[in-house]
Amino acid sequence: MIELYGIEEKTYTLNLGPQHPSTHGVLRVLLEMEGEFISKAEPVIGYGHRGHEHMAENRNYQQFLPNMGRVDYLHALAYNQGYCMAVEKLLGLVVPERAEFIRVITAELNRITSHLLWFGAYLLDLGAFTPIMYAFDDREHILDLLDRITGSRLTYCFYRFGGVPVDLDDEFITGTRAFIQRLRSRWVDYDNLVTKNVIFINRARDVGLITKDQCVKYGITGPNLRGSGIPYDIRKSEPYSAYPLFDFEVPIGSKGDIFDRYMVRLQEMEQSCRIIEQALDKLPNGPIMAEKVPKRIKPPVGEVYQAVETARGEFGIYIVSQGDVKPYRVKLRVPSFANLSLFPELAVDTLVADLVAILGSVDVVIPEIDR
Amino acid sequence: MEHAAQFLNSTVVHMLVGLIGVIALVSVNALFLIWVERKVSAHMQLRPGPMEVGPHGALQSLADAIKLMSKELITPDEVDKPIYWLAPIVVFLPVLLSFLVIPFSQTMIIRDMNVGIVLILAFSTLSVLAILMAGWSSNNKYSVFGAIRSVAQNVAYEIPLLVTVMSIILMVGSFKLSDIVAAQSQTWFIFIQPLAFLLFITCATAETNRAPFDLPEAESELVAGFHTEYSGMRFALFFLAEYTNIFIASAVATVLFLGGWHGPILPGVIWFFIKVYALVFLLMWFRWTFPRVRFDQLVNFSWKILIPLSFVNLLITAFVLKLR
Repeated sequence: MIELYGIEEKTYTLNLGPQHPSTHGVLRVLLEMEGEFISKAEPVIGYGHRGHEHMAENRNYQQFLPNMGRVDYLHALAYNQGYCMAVEKLLGLVVPERAEFIRVITAELNRITSHLLWFGAYLLDLGAFTPIMYAFDDREHILDLLDRITGSRLTYCFYRFGGVPVDLDDEFITGTRAFIQRLRSRWVDYDNLVTKNVIFINRARDVGLITKDQCVKYGITGPNLRGSGIPYDIRKSEPYSAYPLFDFEVPIGSKGDIFDRYMVRLQEMEQSCRIIEQALDKLPNGPIMAEKVPKRIKPPVGEVYQAVETARGEFGIYIVSQGDVKPYRVKLRVPSFANLSLFPELAVDTLVADLVAILGSVDVVIPEIDR
Repeated sequence: MEHAAQFLNSTVVHMLVGLIGVIALVSVNALFLIWVERKVSAHMQLRPGPMEVGPHGALQSLADAIKLMSKELITPDEVDKPIYWLAPIVVFLPVLLSFLVIPFSQTMIIRDMNVGIVLILAFSTLSVLAILMAGWSSNNKYSVFGAIRSVAQNVAYEIPLLVTVMSIILMVGSFKLSDIVAAQSQTWFIFIQPLAFLLFITCATAETNRAPFDLPEAESELVAGFHTEYSGMRFALFFLAEYTNIFIASAVATVLFLGGWHGPILPGVIWFFIKVYALVFLLMWFRWTFPRVRFDQLVNFSWKILIPLSFVNLLITAFVLKLR
C-alpha cells in the first residue's frame, strides 16, 4: 500500500463494490480513507442501467406496464399503481371503488414485504445473521398470497388501466387476516431480539444523523424523511386512491439517526396492517374494471404528474402525451436517487462499519436509481 | 523383549502416539464442529441445514473437505509469496501444539507440563501473528483491515484474559492443568468465581474471532477479512484452525471453571467432552443471535470495562486468599 500511494500521502482509496456483500446490488462507492475513517465517499451508479425511460418512448402504454415492476422490484405494486393512475388521469378514466380497495390491499402487502426484506438485510449488514431468515419466513406468506391473485412473486404487473384484472377470493381474504395475526405475534420476537439488543442500540443510536435541513435540501422522502421528524407521507398529504377512507398514522422519529429510521419502518408495517384490515372490512361490492376502457390506449394531448408513496419514498411519474399510442416522454422521479445523493455527506468521518450501517439504513434499491 | 518394552514405554513413543491422536482428533473434531455449527445455525434460523450427504447431512463437511483439498491452490500475482504460503501453516501449528497439555481425563494427557496453562495462552497468541501475516501478505486493503483489527483486538482482549486466568492460578497455586482440575473435585470454580467465568468467556469469544466480535472477518464490511485472498486447502486450514481454536478455548474454560473431567457415573473423558461441547454450543448461540459490535466499541469495551473488572476480580481473589 505504501509503495503504491507514497509515504507522504495520508489518504488512500478503497473501492467498495460493485461486488461487495453490503452494497445490495451493483452500487460502487469510491472511498477516500484515512486509516479506517472515511474522508470522502463517492457513489458510482449506472451498473444496472436499462434505459426504462427511453423504453417508454418506444412502445405503447400497455407494453410499458411490465417495466414498472422492474424499476423498484421490492415495491413493484406501488410503481404499477403510480403508472396506472397517471395514464388513467390522462384518459379521464374513473376506477371503480372495489378496484381501488384491491389496489390498496395489495400495495400495502407489498410494502410490508419490502420493509421485511429491509429489516432482514439491514441486520445482516450489522452482522446478525438470523433475523433475515425470520423476516423471509414472514415475507414468504405474503408472496404466496400475492402469487394467488397476481400470478407473480416479485416483479408484479397486476394493475390495469381502469382497474384490476383479477378479483380477490375468499381464500386470499382469510389468508391475509391470518397473516396479519401472525405478523403481530412476531413483533414480540423482533422487539426482544433486535430492538432491545444492546449491541444493536449502540450501533444504531446517534449514527448517521440526518437533519431536517438536509432532508429538505436533498429532497429526501419516505421513512428517511419521517425518521428525521417530518410527517410527510403522500398517502396523507396528497391522498390518492382509497387512502383517505382509512384511518392510519404516519410514524415519525425524533433525531433522524439509524434507530429512528428503523423504528419508523417497523411502525409503518403495523400501520400497513391496519390499512389492510380496514380495507378488508369495508371492501365494497361492484365491478373491478372501469367501463369503456378503450382497447387502444391513445390519450389526448397533455401532460400529467402522479406521485405515490413507495416503501422508499415519493415515486413520481411524469408523462407527456402528444395524442399518440406511445408516450412522448416519461420521467420517473425515484426516491432512492434523492436518498443516495445525501449519502456522501453522511459518510464523511465515519468508520467503514458505520458506512455500511448508514448505507443500509437509507434503504436504496440500486435498479431504481439506475433505471 | 526388555528393550522393546522399554521402547514402548519411552517418551518418544508416548509423544508420537499422542501427536497422531491429536491430529486425528483435531480433524475429526473440526469437521464435526463445522457440521454442528451449520445444524445449530439452521435450526435457529428455521432451516433444516445440510440434509443431502449422509444422514442429516452428517458427511457434508467431509465432502466439503474433499472438495477443498482437490481444488487448485491459487496464489494471486501481487501477494508476498513466502509469507502468504507460511500463514496457513503458522495458524495451524500452534493449534495442534495446544492439545499437548489439555487434560482430557486423569490419565489422558500427552504431556502434563507444569506450565501447561502458560503454554496454551502463549500458543493462542501465535494465531494473531498468522492472521497478521495473512492479511499483510495478501496485499489487499480488506485483508490488511482484517489483520489490523485482529491485532488490536487480540492485544486488547489478551490482557483481561490473562488477568482472569491469574485469579484462578492464585487459588490453585499451580500452572499445571491437571492440578487446576484436581482442585475442583469438591466445587467447580464457576461457583466461586462467576465473574471470572463471564470475563473469560467474553475474552475467549473475542480471542477466537467469533461473532459478535468477528471483526477481522466481518463479512458485511470486509468481504472476508484477512482470508479474502485464500482459497482451497489454504482457506481450509484457516477454517480448521478457527474451529479448533473454539474447541481449545472451550476446553480451557472447562479446565479452569467447569471442573474438567469431574462428574458422576460417566467416565472422565466423556464428562470433559460434554462440558466442552456445551460451551461450544454457547459460543455458537452467541454468533447466531447477536449483531456485530463496532471496532471502536469493541476496543473500548475491553479497555474500559473488561480490564478494570478483571483487575478488581484479581485483587479481591488475592485479598480473600490472604485473609484465609
